[in-house]
Amino acid sequence: MNLEFTPEEIAFRDEVRAFFREALPDDLRRKMINREHLEKDDTVRWQRILNARGWAVTHWPVAYGGQPWTPAQRYIFQEEMALAHAPEGSPFNVNMIGPVLCRFGTDEQKRRFLAATANIDIWWCQGFSEPGAGSDLASLKTSAVRDGDHYVLNGQKIWTTQAQHADWMFGLFRTDNSGRKQQGITFLLLDMRTPGITVRPIETIDGGHDANEVFFDDVRVPVANVVGEEGKGWDVAKHLLGSERSGIARIGLSKERLSQLRSLERRLAAEGVLTPAERERLAFKLAEVEVELRALELTQLRVVSADAHGGGANAAASILKVKGTEMQQRMTELVLELAGPAGLATAGHDWLAAAAPFYFTMRKVSIFGGSNEIQKNIIAKTMLGL
Amino acid sequence: MDFELTDEQKMLSETVTRFVAETYDFLKREHALRSADGWSREAWAALAEMGLLGLPFAEEDGGFGGSGVEMMLIMEALGRGLMVEPYFATVVLAGGVLRHGASAAQRGAIVPGLIAGERILALAHDEAGQARHTLAARTSARPSGDGWIIDGAKIAVIHGRSADTLIVSATTGEGLGLFLVDAKADGVAIEAARGYDGVPVASVRLNGVAVGADALVGGAGGGAAILERSFDEARAALAAEAVGAMAETLDVTVDYLKTRQQFGVAIGSFQALQHRAVDMLMQVELSRSMAVLAALSLDGDEDQRRRNIAAAKAQIGKSGRMVGQDAVQMHGAIGITAEYKVGHAFKRLTAIDALLGDRDHHLTRLVELGGVYPAE
Repeated sequence: MNLEFTPEEIAFRDEVRAFFREALPDDLRRKMINREHLEKDDTVRWQRILNARGWAVTHWPVAYGGQPWTPAQRYIFQEEMALAHAPEGSPFNVNMIGPVLCRFGTDEQKRRFLAATANIDIWWCQGFSEPGAGSDLASLKTSAVRDGDHYVLNGQKIWTTQAQHADWMFGLFRTDNSGRKQQGITFLLLDMRTPGITVRPIETIDGGHDANEVFFDDVRVPVANVVGEEGKGWDVAKHLLGSERSGIARIGLSKERLSQLRSLERRLAAEGVLTPAERERLAFKLAEVEVELRALELTQLRVVSADAHGGGANAAASILKVKGTEMQQRMTELVLELAGPAGLATAGHDWLAAAAPFYFTMRKVSIFGGSNEIQKNIIAKTMLGL
Repeated sequence: MDFELTDEQKMLSETVTRFVAETYDFLKREHALRSADGWSREAWAALAEMGLLGLPFAEEDGGFGGSGVEMMLIMEALGRGLMVEPYFATVVLAGGVLRHGASAAQRGAIVPGLIAGERILALAHDEAGQARHTLAARTSARPSGDGWIIDGAKIAVIHGRSADTLIVSATTGEGLGLFLVDAKADGVAIEAARGYDGVPVASVRLNGVAVGADALVGGAGGGAAILERSFDEARAALAAEAVGAMAETLDVTVDYLKTRQQFGVAIGSFQALQHRAVDMLMQVELSRSMAVLAALSLDGDEDQRRRNIAAAKAQIGKSGRMVGQDAVQMHGAIGITAEYKVGHAFKRLTAIDALLGDRDHHLTRLVELGGVYPAE
């Protein structure tokens, strides 16, 4: 056992760190530090910078633009990205549809979509959830009825993140109602400009607009846009949701937030906003959070190490998801507590103004991607045999 | 960065774990608790036979020069069996003082007997009326001729009643000193008690106890530094022991959830209990991570060692309590009977939190150290 990174890993870390320092535009870094909302163009611009360096889609197969990195290198890359205040690329492009097309796409689909997806020439959104199908995703109903060389889609998707910006959607649609509910689901790609699609914004409690409802009214999608086989979309979706384990706990993000929390605390103390007793109490709370973050970091590294030694997939990813999201949420709670009444006004661009929206929006991380309760069901079944 | 065990370490872990499972089941433990010593000389001899008592000592002292990782593996296995034998008291705690403070002559006189299982040692440091965890002592040692005269009283001396040799902390006028004291020396009075976790403890009175110059371990003011180093090693060992006790508690609880029927089904089919068991599992894994961190930090940078050990101790304090409480709750009334292993694990986990600074103590310490993560 050895806690230290190898000289090669440290050299890699330095290389990554130097790149982020030089390549990340100042205005983007400032927006990230101040918790400002990122525009579509911000994400596109940054992902193209990464892509030019060959680092936009590092965990894709090498043949499609990925990097032959070790699990430790993947972990270091993620951590450095967060510590450098660099935004992550579009998760829908990078983590979801890209790996799915690499694995299940036809040659034609790969040729048409992969390079464009890595460079965000196409902005993707994900059409999975429906009003009646959240955690119980397989109960989805939006129908795709075969009509010659096309499917005709009718129904509704919901919580479709950034659909307002999207060029294309990948989604799950019901092509058959006769069997088990996991059967008869088909994974389809569709151009968002197809007639019959209506996108309606959903405003969320942080005051932002990320989520949307998407309505389908006799939308015609070519049969060539099926990924995998008709009726086998559930297998494709499971592959997509099988998380990338090296960075799932988002330790880097939490560390970065912790250090910002500390500097905010120092600022407020210097301004005389915090009493000594409040500072003492907060220092104790921070120590509690830090201990758990350290424990989670080591747990993440144990998983990374096991992966490097050929340890197969297991529910450890679910543990990392649950504790990682709890940790991220705890950070936002502490920021909000620290802001106090100064955090009430949400105008302006600094941590105080962003404290409340940040807290409210981060409630989503324990809900999406399989709620933490669903993760616990998975852990109970696969690790405890319950 | 690598968290894999070597083949030798895996073998050590499997061997000790199997030994505990095969020779130290819950009934054997109960039997040991009821004996005159309150622990099993037979089990102790077996640990000696396996070479485990010599593990952390240097090869020149007759030991194996084992690292923190090997100690972690042994302590986790002993923790699974809730072993009450003096491994922690003698090999880890008092042994730590010998390793980090004693002269070659002192080690030569004591360590071989310790490794052979023939000499029990106990560290007598805590005192009534002192801060709950401190490196200071009120017990005094004053020079007398070539030696020292020791006066004072100690509490919560783990395995003090069985000790052949006590290591006594006392203030010397130059700071804290540590003294090797024969338990049968004139002026030593030992009153045995039973810890709530089953581990025997004792109160020790020292009334004008005369010891020679060769009884002083390290310098007359060097005791605090030796203790600090030894305590960190001991905390790492306790973290591993806690992981073993927690893992065992979780296993027993999950088995119970699978077999216990209520409302016509196994109670493990209820989501409320499944999620609770998962919460336990997560605490075990977080604790295991911190036990590994603690074990790997012992020989590194001193500042990092202090932070990491304090963080580990704080984590296991919280996790141990959660795991113990949840296990008892899910067992229902069976969980609070003395006949059932889970309650005993709960008590040991509770005691581990209280030993060598509890969770609050170490969180406060972390604040003093500037946090878990050093400021960059």
